[in-house]
Amino acid sequence: MRFSALRILQEGLTGNKGWTPHWRDPEPKSEYDIVIIGGGGHGLSTAYYLAKEHGYRNIAVLEKGYIGGGNVGRNTTIVRANYFLPGNSEFYSNSLKLWEGLEADLNYNVMHSQRGLINLFHSDGQRDAFVRRGNAMITQGDDAVLLDRKGVEKHLPYLDFDNTRFPIYGGLLHPRGGTARHDAVAWGYARGADQRGVDLLQNCEVTGIDIEGGVVKGVQTTRGAIRAKKVGIVVAGRSGQVAAMAGMRLPIESHVLQAFVTEGLKPCIDHVVSFGMGHFYISQSDKGGLVFGGDLDFYASYAARGNLPMKEHVMEAAMTLMPMIGKAKVLRSWGGIMDMTPDGSPIIDRTGVEGLYIDCGWCYGGFKAVPGSGFAFAHLLATDRPHDSATRFRLDRFRTGRGLMDEEGTGAQHNLH
Amino acid sequence: MRLPCPVCGERDLREFTYQGDAVRLERPLPTAGGDAWDSYLHLRDNPAGLTRDLWQHGAGCGAWLVVTRDTVSHAVHSAVLAREARHAD
Amino acid sequence: MRIEGKGQAERSRKVRFQFDGRWMEGVEGETLAAALMANDVRLVARSFKYHRPRGILTAGSEEPNALVTVGSGAARDPNVRATVQEIYDGLVVESQNRWPSLNWDVMSLNSLAAPFLGAGFYYKTFMWPRAFWEKLYEPVIRRAAGLGALSGQSCTERYEKAYAFCDLLVIGAGPTGLMAALVAARAGADVILCDEDSTPGGRLLAERGEVDGLPGPEWAASVVAKLRDLGVRVMTRTTVTGAYDQGTFGALERVAQHRAASGDLPRECFWRIAARRAVLAAGALERPVAFAGNDRPGVMMAGALRAYVNRWGVAPGKDIAIFGNSDDVYRTAEDLIAAGLKVAAVVDSRSGPPPEHPYPVYRGAVVTGTQGGRNGVSGIRIKTAGGEVRVKADTLAMSGGWNPSVHLSCHMNGRPVWRDDIAAFVPREGAVPGMTAVGACNGVFTTRGCLEAGVSAAQVALRDLGLDVGATTVPSAEDVPYQIEPLWNVPGKGRAWLDFQNDVTVKDVVQAAAENFRSVEHMKRYTTQGMATDQGKNSNVAALAVLADTTGRGIPETGTTTFRPPYSPVAIAAMGAGAQGHGFAPQRLTTSHVASVARGAPMIEAGLWYRSSYFPREGERTWRQFCDREVGMVRGAVGICDVSTLGKIDIQGPDAAAFLDLVYANTFSTLKEGRVRYGLMLREDGHVMDDGTTARLGPQHYVMTTTTAAAGAVMQHLEFVHQCLVPQMNLRMISVTEQWAQFAVAGPRARELVNGVLAAPIDDATWPFMACGEVDVAGVRGRLFRISFSGEHAYEIAVPARFGAALFDLLVTRAEAFGGGAYGMEALNVLRIEKGHITHAEIHGRTTAFDIGMGRMIAPGKDCIGKAMAARPGLVGPRRQQMVGLQPLDADKSLTAGAQLFAQGAVVARETNEGYVTSVCHSPFLGHGLGLGFLRDGRARHGEVVRMVDQLRGLEVACRVTDPVRVDPDGGRLRG
Repeated sequence: MRFSALRILQEGLTGNKGWTPHWRDPEPKSEYDIVIIGGGGHGLSTAYYLAKEHGYRNIAVLEKGYIGGGNVGRNTTIVRANYFLPGNSEFYSNSLKLWEGLEADLNYNVMHSQRGLINLFHSDGQRDAFVRRGNAMITQGDDAVLLDRKGVEKHLPYLDFDNTRFPIYGGLLHPRGGTARHDAVAWGYARGADQRGVDLLQNCEVTGIDIEGGVVKGVQTTRGAIRAKKVGIVVAGRSGQVAAMAGMRLPIESHVLQAFVTEGLKPCIDHVVSFGMGHFYISQSDKGGLVFGGDLDFYASYAARGNLPMKEHVMEAAMTLMPMIGKAKVLRSWGGIMDMTPDGSPIIDRTGVEGLYIDCGWCYGGFKAVPGSGFAFAHLLATDRPHDSATRFRLDRFRTGRGLMDEEGTGAQHNLH
Repeated sequence: MRLPCPVCGERDLREFTYQGDAVRLERPLPTAGGDAWDSYLHLRDNPAGLTRDLWQHGAGCGAWLVVTRDTVSHAVHSAVLAREARHAD
Repeated sequence: MRIEGKGQAERSRKVRFQFDGRWMEGVEGETLAAALMANDVRLVARSFKYHRPRGILTAGSEEPNALVTVGSGAARDPNVRATVQEIYDGLVVESQNRWPSLNWDVMSLNSLAAPFLGAGFYYKTFMWPRAFWEKLYEPVIRRAAGLGALSGQSCTERYEKAYAFCDLLVIGAGPTGLMAALVAARAGADVILCDEDSTPGGRLLAERGEVDGLPGPEWAASVVAKLRDLGVRVMTRTTVTGAYDQGTFGALERVAQHRAASGDLPRECFWRIAARRAVLAAGALERPVAFAGNDRPGVMMAGALRAYVNRWGVAPGKDIAIFGNSDDVYRTAEDLIAAGLKVAAVVDSRSGPPPEHPYPVYRGAVVTGTQGGRNGVSGIRIKTAGGEVRVKADTLAMSGGWNPSVHLSCHMNGRPVWRDDIAAFVPREGAVPGMTAVGACNGVFTTRGCLEAGVSAAQVALRDLGLDVGATTVPSAEDVPYQIEPLWNVPGKGRAWLDFQNDVTVKDVVQAAAENFRSVEHMKRYTTQGMATDQGKNSNVAALAVLADTTGRGIPETGTTTFRPPYSPVAIAAMGAGAQGHGFAPQRLTTSHVASVARGAPMIEAGLWYRSSYFPREGERTWRQFCDREVGMVRGAVGICDVSTLGKIDIQGPDAAAFLDLVYANTFSTLKEGRVRYGLMLREDGHVMDDGTTARLGPQHYVMTTTTAAAGAVMQHLEFVHQCLVPQMNLRMISVTEQWAQFAVAGPRARELVNGVLAAPIDDATWPFMACGEVDVAGVRGRLFRISFSGEHAYEIAVPARFGAALFDLLVTRAEAFGGGAYGMEALNVLRIEKGHITHAEIHGRTTAFDIGMGRMIAPGKDCIGKAMAARPGLVGPRRQQMVGLQPLDADKSLTAGAQLFAQGAVVARETNEGYVTSVCHSPFLGHGLGLGFLRDGRARHGEVVRMVDQLRGLEVACRVTDPVRVDPDGGRLRG
């Protein structure tokens, strides 16, 4: 079924009885060409691009719960391409381009809203670092505008310019940055993949990876054994457990990142605003809720929930930066499990097992990477070669020290990125 | 979250700083080779369940602690001084 | 309307409040909802999506409909529940989410278009053309969405945060909680009792039953009096909002929201409560039934109606029908009759013979629809075994049964458990360690049962706490068993609401299932059911039941979504209290702060510290003039700079030297007493962590300095290395950053100045470059270090911090007499760039000793932190970007930090980028611009001309690659 305003009109006039499932719930086949473990945003986009770009039809996505139930369904929905280190630059640039064509491609409104992202800076040193970032963005072919304090005032007049603890020197505006409706991204890819014949197997947990003579043969699941020529692991938040099934130990520590949404409010914040000094970022959803977040809780956790100190710290950052939102009431807070790597950048690579591939380590930046990651991982799975946009996301870079992408400059401590 | 500092007693999370897995206590010899160092600094068992990790009671006594806790339930089982945990190994 | 002789609200004090510009009279302390009801206001709000007219549904914080905006100006408070807000004299309230008025809301046209605005419609359209999303569709959607509006002004009211500790936290002061608190307090436990209501008592306040022979409210008041005598902290208007690890709870106290003038009270206080044990006695919430037109004003919860009638003495109408599936329908009818109100009909969905009642009862019947207009219900349709009956009624009370308030038990991922006998979820045992859920929130629905549950919960907690459990008698109370038959929705034509605020109807859930959003999480996200301000408190279970029915599964198999904190919404200002303005982070001030400000120096943030930017003088107008003059003072005479913010770590012990050898790349055990050495510190991953100088004051005594930015991190790192890696080393260390005030005295006349303040003069022989030691500074025991960041002959003098201000004044006065003076960060930065010294602009966490040209400092003969990893193949070699100096070919051109470097003739692209600029200045000494930066294989390219490109600023400058050290490369000035 193709979605359109006309279709909505027809259905509305006939009692909305003609809507059909966005995706099937098929029974698992005994064998697939490629099995993707993980039905989150990255797994679904991988399956979609395998089908669309590489012509694969006999693919399954294995999801232990419901599709889109992981971090793609619990993030602050920011989409941007404002990285500055080689490796990240070209990858996120490519991902943003895919975002920009996503709705037409998927025939699904993911509400990608390029409302502009502003990173604030609060000292000369921070300005210099953001200038470096902005220059790298432009050199990569993306967009960046340097704002002085007056420029920020024009865009964000509601910030506290007079009394805030860390005065606002200026900001780096990324006009093509913005937000998207997170669930819709998962559903859109799921629908697109399903329409191209991909089997989405929900409530199908992988319990083992079958390897013979260093070659992957398939997986064991709660819905039976499934043979596969190639297997891709895309299970952010559980990467270590699934990789361990193949005898791998990953450079990943899992951490909790909290996020918050307020009650619905009339429009008051039109951009995505990021406050580095307070590790605080915020935007307003189309429904009116202020969606915001901060730093990790800092301790290893799989609990998908956080504690009070970081919640309070995030609210405190909000109060010093934009006390205009003090009366907004937090409706819900939640936590996601982040694959934290030693340099804060992801991994898309082959493994030591032939036919087994892994896409992991997205830290807290995975949402905006959903199209790019799926695109690059599909390319790797299909061709056995990394895509040009993801040549540096190597698993062995920590051992060799080659091509580390430590954007934060905090070094090999997983929780500090 | 509250952690039982062996020196100060049970204290709020905000008095502590986290570093990561207690594997960091087992520093390899300088000559141990790339794999040993990679394993020490980067690779992690990252268990969903019981783990031993390092915390500093920075806003209290300053002691580094090895805390045994559950990464799924956040239950804290014990906390011992890192200097003693290391000797006990 | 008000009911004569009913209600507990103090009737003596009448107050006036305003709703949508109309002044009305109410009784102080009653809720706004009660007051509006007393004034016969039925239309209170508009729904989120269809802007449907809405009245009051509940009598508690779970209210999804009656949200209003309170106050004006900066105090404007949107989305306030009319069912919670207490009225006071002068309270100003406005309805929200309507235009132009509550009565005539243009957006209510949405409701007519409902067939086209079903679940998820927006995912299927608004896609063409691409650019219209940001320009047209989204702005229109955003304006239509949202509920209330923020004022747009900075918060002006005070909020607070506080900590509390107790043995036992009792959450909810209904019969269960009161009993639990009483038993525990009598046993000597330190108890906190929290309740979100203004008065303790819970449902006892809303019902007519007696406890221990007393009317419920009186019994509750008597218990509260006892509790206060026993020292229990009874916290009313305090909602426990979240349950966290190890017995930590968040709670929000509404301190002044019910007061006309708050004086010096905060508006709200956010509590962090650490409790050794907790009892969850949060009660239960009545759930609506979905039937056509159930969202009309005048349709409300039966339990809420009883609260309005019994507690507040107000009624929404005179002709009241009741619809439900338990004996609560009769309880409600009897209360109405007792209040002199008319019961139009009782519709009991359960089958069985109609009992004898003095009002029409329809058994085995359901309400299939409502009639009426914008202002509410005028009649209902009833489907009975014998056909359809229409009954005139101005109010319809509904009850679908009770949902235990399991919310807090879910905050640590505990999934509630389904119980068929009460058709509801109850908390999973042990879901929150240390917390026991009892009473109505555990599915006990009789007063007597709740009192018993409170006693036994207290006894369990007391045993855990190691306190003696005394004998307790349970008061007598109503004990009628709860009999219910599930009733979720009434099939039929017309829209039947599940989620009132978000306008999610039964049809939406059915459609979602048809589109394969069959997982409860998918259904919720697709329809937005449960995502409104009540977070599904009113709708979750019924929506789940509809989904289960549609998909042919049972409710337990269908699952449930998770309740997450907070229980009810918390203002950002409350949880972020204290941070507004400068409160967000501590402010660290140097001892020279006051004097610097007095001299007109702008103070800028350096981490948490404030440091002087420059010291302006008369006749100077521009920043460059101040800076150039200060640089000139240092290069030509003498300058004084407060360097106290640098981290200072005192390290002592027999193994101090060996320890420093481990934490520094270079060697310190060979450092002689009375000497200082520059040290480079690596992270274990082989990148540079920090740098600084370390002085050896005695055989076992060192003082390390760190950069201002990394002082805390270095201290923590040193403790880590000591305690975790080499605990056998015998040493101790402590940060003395704040104990010492330290000033740089730099310039050709530095020694002359220093000798003027020292008791014993020094010379090159006694105090050569890199010498240090204790000195008598104007009668104060201090320390003198001959070290230089500027490249000039320089000293740093340290004195105990209490003498800092005096010493700064003394040094600056002397310096001025020598033609010098104080200098700030700007000049300091120029001086160090000229000298090629690094700061965190260069050691930004991604650079190695090799990159900054200090690879040879990693001493070969010993281990050090970071040594093994620094040798990784990727961290050395010509492919690395190495630190260089940069000088524009055209002396009039300026370099810019953050610009990129390209080879001459190369196109500007990511692939051709070879480096970047980290620090820049204009060097008044050299007379042209200067920069430091990193360039691929840079050390081999000195002399080459490269392009500096700053696309962000539209600049391009050709510059020559140089050695980073541009002033005094041989060190003659600093040794001279």
